[in-house]
Amino acid sequence: MVKLQKAAQAGSVESSDILIMVSPAGLGAGIKIELVSPTVQQYGEQIKNVIMRTLAGRGVEDAIVHANDKGALDFTIEARVTTAVNRALS
Amino acid sequence: MEKKLRRAMMFMPGNNPAMLQNAGIYGADTVIFDLEDAVAISEKDAARQLVHNAIKYIKYPCEVAIRINHIQTPYGIDDLKVVLAAKPDLIRLPKAEFPRDIEEVDAIISEAETLHGFEAGSIKMMAAVETAKGLRNAYEIATASPRMQALAIGGEDFIADLKTKRSKDGKELFVARSQLLLAARAAGIDAIDTVFSVIDDEETFRAEVNLIKQLGFDGKSVINPRQVRIVHQIFTPTEQEVAQAERIIAAYHAALERNSGVINLDGKMIDTPVVVRAECVLACAKSVKK
Repeated sequence: MVKLQKAAQAGSVESSDILIMVSPAGLGAGIKIELVSPTVQQYGEQIKNVIMRTLAGRGVEDAIVHANDKGALDFTIEARVTTAVNRALS
Repeated sequence: MEKKLRRAMMFMPGNNPAMLQNAGIYGADTVIFDLEDAVAISEKDAARQLVHNAIKYIKYPCEVAIRINHIQTPYGIDDLKVVLAAKPDLIRLPKAEFPRDIEEVDAIISEAETLHGFEAGSIKMMAAVETAKGLRNAYEIATASPRMQALAIGGEDFIADLKTKRSKDGKELFVARSQLLLAARAAGIDAIDTVFSVIDDEETFRAEVNLIKQLGFDGKSVINPRQVRIVHQIFTPTEQEVAQAERIIAAYHAALERNSGVINLDGKMIDTPVVVRAECVLACAKSVKK
């Protein structure tokens, strides 16, 4: 299990991008995702799934995530989450 | 025989998701995802991760290259560590000055190929020469690794190094272009010209592309999708050129069958260099059709 050391962000609010902000959460708090997206009705669950899957892949089990989506595809969401986590660990 | 086409090699900023996801639609022979000048220092980590993911998840219909930061900067090695896992086709090293720059990148690529189970030697390299010192070593740079596919000239930095400025007809680059081309040809690899950054000046751009084609270059680095069509148009053999090349090759084979040492076509002598040029035209045409 990996514990985030600090709050960090990656990405932008440009079209096709997503701004991801991650913050540490207490042990056992789990992952809490707050998502803003123009396509939240159609793709909200999918975006959250990509965020969850990416965090799990990095071993992050407790975090607060704010995501401001501007129509990002999965490859971008995963990249931005990965970068935000790397920055939160450095 | 076919030739790997690198007529337009189009730069795309490495930290721009919209551009990365659409990079394949403009028809460039090669897209170059840029981690160097197009990416702010504070975003180097984000860009290399984004480029890695783009290559991993998007199937591009063309050659995919990555311009990394120079290996001696604090970013070059980290760029390679992240992006090589996605297996790009080509790594472009900027500001190459010595063969050891190439050897160092080559060694890191070899390690990554082993680590990720990629075929040895499958990730290729090219280098941009952007200084007088680099140009003096161009042949040694071109031959420093069997991965090397092309030498490019980075005109803006080169001109700054010469302490001059860019003119419309580019005469200040004449010697550099010629020397780079000689080094690339001697090494048996492609020669790629520098970018032309005045997007709206199509007339001067066309003149420059015609010039570098006449010099012998294989293609040009471009920075805008509008430039791709022009470069491809100029570098693609016309129907008349293809028809003439086919006639030359036919005449050559007919002469071989007759054991004739002299080949005449339309009153002109056809010798080996003419045949070689005709073969190049047909190889290029065949690759374009694909």
